[in-house]
Amino acid sequence: MNFAVSTRQGRPAASEVLRRLPEYLTIWVPLLLSAAHLIAFSLWTVWISFTPSTLVPVSGWVGLRNYSAVAASRNWQIAFDNLLLFGSAFVLLSLAAGLILAILLDQRIRGENVLRSVFLYPLAVSFVVTGTVWSWLLNPGLGIEKLVHDLGWTSFRFDWLIDRDMAIWTIVIAAIWQSSGFAMALFLAGLRSVDSDLIKAAQIDGAGPVRIYRRVILPTLWPITITVIVIQLQFAISTFDLVRALTNGGPGIATQLPALVVYDLMFQRSLLGRGAAAAVLMLLILLAVLLPYAAWRYIQRRRTNHA
Amino acid sequence: MRERTFAPGRTLIYFIVLLIAVAWLAPLAVVVLNSLRTNEEIAQGSMIGWPQHLAWSNYAAAWSGFCVAETCAGIRPYMLNSALVTIPATVFSTLLGAVAGYAVSLWRFRGDNWIYGVVTLGIFLPQQMRLLPWTIVLRDTGLMNTLTGLVVIHTIQGLSFTTLFCRNYYVAIPQELIRAARIDGAGFFRIFWRIILPLSPPILVVTVIWQFTHIWNEFLYGVTFTTGQQQPVTAALIALSAAVADIPQHGVQSAAVIIAALPTLLIYLFGGRYFVRGLTAGAVK
Repeated sequence: MNFAVSTRQGRPAASEVLRRLPEYLTIWVPLLLSAAHLIAFSLWTVWISFTPSTLVPVSGWVGLRNYSAVAASRNWQIAFDNLLLFGSAFVLLSLAAGLILAILLDQRIRGENVLRSVFLYPLAVSFVVTGTVWSWLLNPGLGIEKLVHDLGWTSFRFDWLIDRDMAIWTIVIAAIWQSSGFAMALFLAGLRSVDSDLIKAAQIDGAGPVRIYRRVILPTLWPITITVIVIQLQFAISTFDLVRALTNGGPGIATQLPALVVYDLMFQRSLLGRGAAAAVLMLLILLAVLLPYAAWRYIQRRRTNHA
Repeated sequence: MRERTFAPGRTLIYFIVLLIAVAWLAPLAVVVLNSLRTNEEIAQGSMIGWPQHLAWSNYAAAWSGFCVAETCAGIRPYMLNSALVTIPATVFSTLLGAVAGYAVSLWRFRGDNWIYGVVTLGIFLPQQMRLLPWTIVLRDTGLMNTLTGLVVIHTIQGLSFTTLFCRNYYVAIPQELIRAARIDGAGFFRIFWRIILPLSPPILVVTVIWQFTHIWNEFLYGVTFTTGQQQPVTAALIALSAAVADIPQHGVQSAAVIIAALPTLLIYLFGGRYFVRGLTAGAVK
């Protein structure tokens, strides 16, 4: 289908290949570099995860021993529990915040562009910066708690940052602040593409604005909602910088997350085999999210193609 | 469409939206204000407060005075490092991505869909899966702890995004245009130069902004593959917080944070539209 013009009889002559060599190189070298590094590096990491490598990669085979060591470690168990809590809380709350913001901005309000920029600007800033700033704001001796104390309410407490049980919520707060704008942008695009005839028809039927949102507009946002959930989950699974800057996994190891465990094993404890196993486990968690999504996308696409 | 008349409901909407907007801006406002307060002033009160008098000297100290680890040159060298990594890697990955996107969408060749599919997997593959291989590759090529090493990494990894962006933009160009040019004898490069590139500014702006923002803000590779004087500014900020943990200098630190965030914030301020387009383009594949 694609060779309509270039098709000649049989193989191109050697001189032709030579003449087109720069073209072949330009096309293939970057693409192959990219594709090859993705495949080779993934396989490489998987291979290391089955070796007894510690300080340097060594060959050898230890089966699933690295995996069982990682899975049995307190560090990983806490990280995994934290991921479940952080992932679900962050995704649900940022979804809700994004949807509410999008609906509010969809009311033809003045200054919509400025407001949209305000809700999105955190995404342009590094997580290291925002994590640092939130670590100041949430530090009870420096930030909000100190301010309220100085204003006279001395029994006020907001010390989640140093509270083992609550510290993970500081990461939820910072993450929501940083990326709800993303959900808002996608939802707003979805709201704007709702067929206005549908809305008019509902209005003629006497439906009020709340009812129109619930019955007509929101149901069309399902596909966008799923996309937002998947992207936010992907973000949650690979969260590293934000935690590094905000709590550095602490207090103790209370806010450990898988990405921090991988880094810790690889570069601080020099247990390369286990670090690689933890990285593969991260990938498996990610695949548990992405594969159903890909299947859903595939089915949807086929359905629309048949319709 | 929806009602437009004034109603108490609309006042409430404005009230809520403005309240959230203030909350969203508050962290930025706090750091900006802190960057203008002296360390002593902050130590007496909290991080949240109005400057008694403007301490611009924080910026001078942050830029070229304070000490990270054992060197006392401010964050200037690290800003320079970030620029020296971000600018070349953005240019290379965008150019290569534009050519690759053109090749897979319009030029078409055997295996194009297959290799494109593999390349876009890079958007999903966690960085942690590539950390050890990159460590080994950088060590064996002598690029460990060099800015060149980071440029190579960001260029190759950036291709997943840049190829996707450009390919999705170029598929909208009619194939007949290319076919006609080929019949006229134009080759791969001439078609790219004469037809594709002049059509590309919108997507190139989106791609450049996206790449610049992401590479500038990147932390994991910076902190893993460079140390000391070679670190990009994100890694240096973390090192700074650790270095001053005993005697905090929050005024100077705030100024450093503002300086480090400024390049991407300015780009967002002037090219926000394109930045958002990149965000949504990455999402809706």
